[in-house]
Amino acid sequence: MAEKTVGTWAVKVGLAQMLKGGVIMDVTNAEQAKIAEDAGACAVMALERVPADIRREGGVARMADPTKIVEIMEAVTIPVMAKARIGHFVEAQVLEALGVDYIDESEVLTPADEENHIDKHNFKVPFVCGCRNLGEALRRIGEGAAMIRTKGEAGTGDVVEAVRHARAVLGEIRRLQNMRPDEWMRVAKEMGAPYELVKETAELGRLPVVNFAAGGIATPADAALMMQLGVDGVFVGSGIFKSGDPARRAKAIVEATTHYNDPEIIAKVSRGLGEPMVGRAAREIPEKELLAVRGW
Amino acid sequence: MKIGVLALQGDFIEHVQVLRALGADAVEVRQPDELRDLDGLIIPGGESTTFGKLAIEYGLIEPIRALCNAGKPVWGTCAGMIFLAKDIGRPQPLLGLMDVKVKRNAFGRQVDSFEIDLDVSALATTENGQPKPFHAIFIRAPLIESIGKAVEVLAQLDDGTIVAARQGNLLATSFHPELTQDTRFHRYFLERVGKR
Repeated sequence: MAEKTVGTWAVKVGLAQMLKGGVIMDVTNAEQAKIAEDAGACAVMALERVPADIRREGGVARMADPTKIVEIMEAVTIPVMAKARIGHFVEAQVLEALGVDYIDESEVLTPADEENHIDKHNFKVPFVCGCRNLGEALRRIGEGAAMIRTKGEAGTGDVVEAVRHARAVLGEIRRLQNMRPDEWMRVAKEMGAPYELVKETAELGRLPVVNFAAGGIATPADAALMMQLGVDGVFVGSGIFKSGDPARRAKAIVEATTHYNDPEIIAKVSRGLGEPMVGRAAREIPEKELLAVRGW
Repeated sequence: MKIGVLALQGDFIEHVQVLRALGADAVEVRQPDELRDLDGLIIPGGESTTFGKLAIEYGLIEPIRALCNAGKPVWGTCAGMIFLAKDIGRPQPLLGLMDVKVKRNAFGRQVDSFEIDLDVSALATTENGQPKPFHAIFIRAPLIESIGKAVEVLAQLDDGTIVAARQGNLLATSFHPELTQDTRFHRYFLERVGKR
């Protein structure tokens, strides 16, 4: 019989395919990870501080302490993701050595390199990266990202930027589909994206990898909104554990993501969830505090 | 032929696309009434713990058991295989239909996920006079530790690990035929599983 091959593109993209239609939740310890798993999360993101706290406390935000990540990996059976700083390929090597299931090369942490992202093809572990538009998504895929998410504006509880980024990506794909093949090269040049990926996206009518929403999702209706816009699933960061009743809200967001086309169910699960995270309008955040502009 | 694909979470769209390409009428199932009039059901890959919570919350466990007990073919891939099993050695909501003991995340974490060519004699196809292997994709995959008397093994790794099995109208695979271009497992399910 043939040999096993590991770390292939198919298994990297494949894990993201298994996460579709699900909710990936930010957690900072084993107890939160259990709450997320019990609520039906399809994966958790292990980090030291949720984005709302990173925003409030300031300072340099780095990869979480490995002790914390391992504690979370031991607490749950679902996949565990962890964040590395943009361009910090040694943090990524450490996360791979720990055995995390996915690495988020994330603008939520303080970038380690303002010019270059990680060469993600060099790793066996798959990566997810944020984007604001199709060009940025395809540049990250070109570097080896096996999953894409919108950047949104993390730690705000304001969904407006996630909507903007999802509409940008999905709208640009719809425009591509209406183009003649002899126009793809011009688009590739304008977007600063690899031609082969522009071509593949035009032919598929979707990104060649799974595409989630992230950055500001705080309610079941926010999650369903992103799903109806056409993303494959959602990340919820500060929105759960900065709310009044995390277990209940987490479960409600999971149900709204599955039944995103059923307003009666969304209405039912949205009742009496307690205080949502306080939130901060993305529009009122000073330019230098915006996270989505990190990376290119 | 109308085949449901459980669409609570996971890679259900991939199954729907293969079924439609084979000419079957494929529908997504999230609520009990969507199980009516089905000729079969596929439980896709995804997270089995998520399936369990949502299946209980939305009253799907008993209707799926009834569908199975009525002799309709039911196939679980990866998380779907876990959800079909009688025993997985830990407390978690299950359909408990197939007489197998399954171990979750049995090959390790994501960095240990793999691809391999399998010999599956039940698919009985040849290429240049040789049996044509089935290219199998295993993602944080489960394995079958032991089987009951009524269960037939369909595929094993070199070391004897059971990765595909059938029990009457039930089919289970550790891997994901829906992620490949090879439609033989889907055809096997449509044409042979559930037929006596």
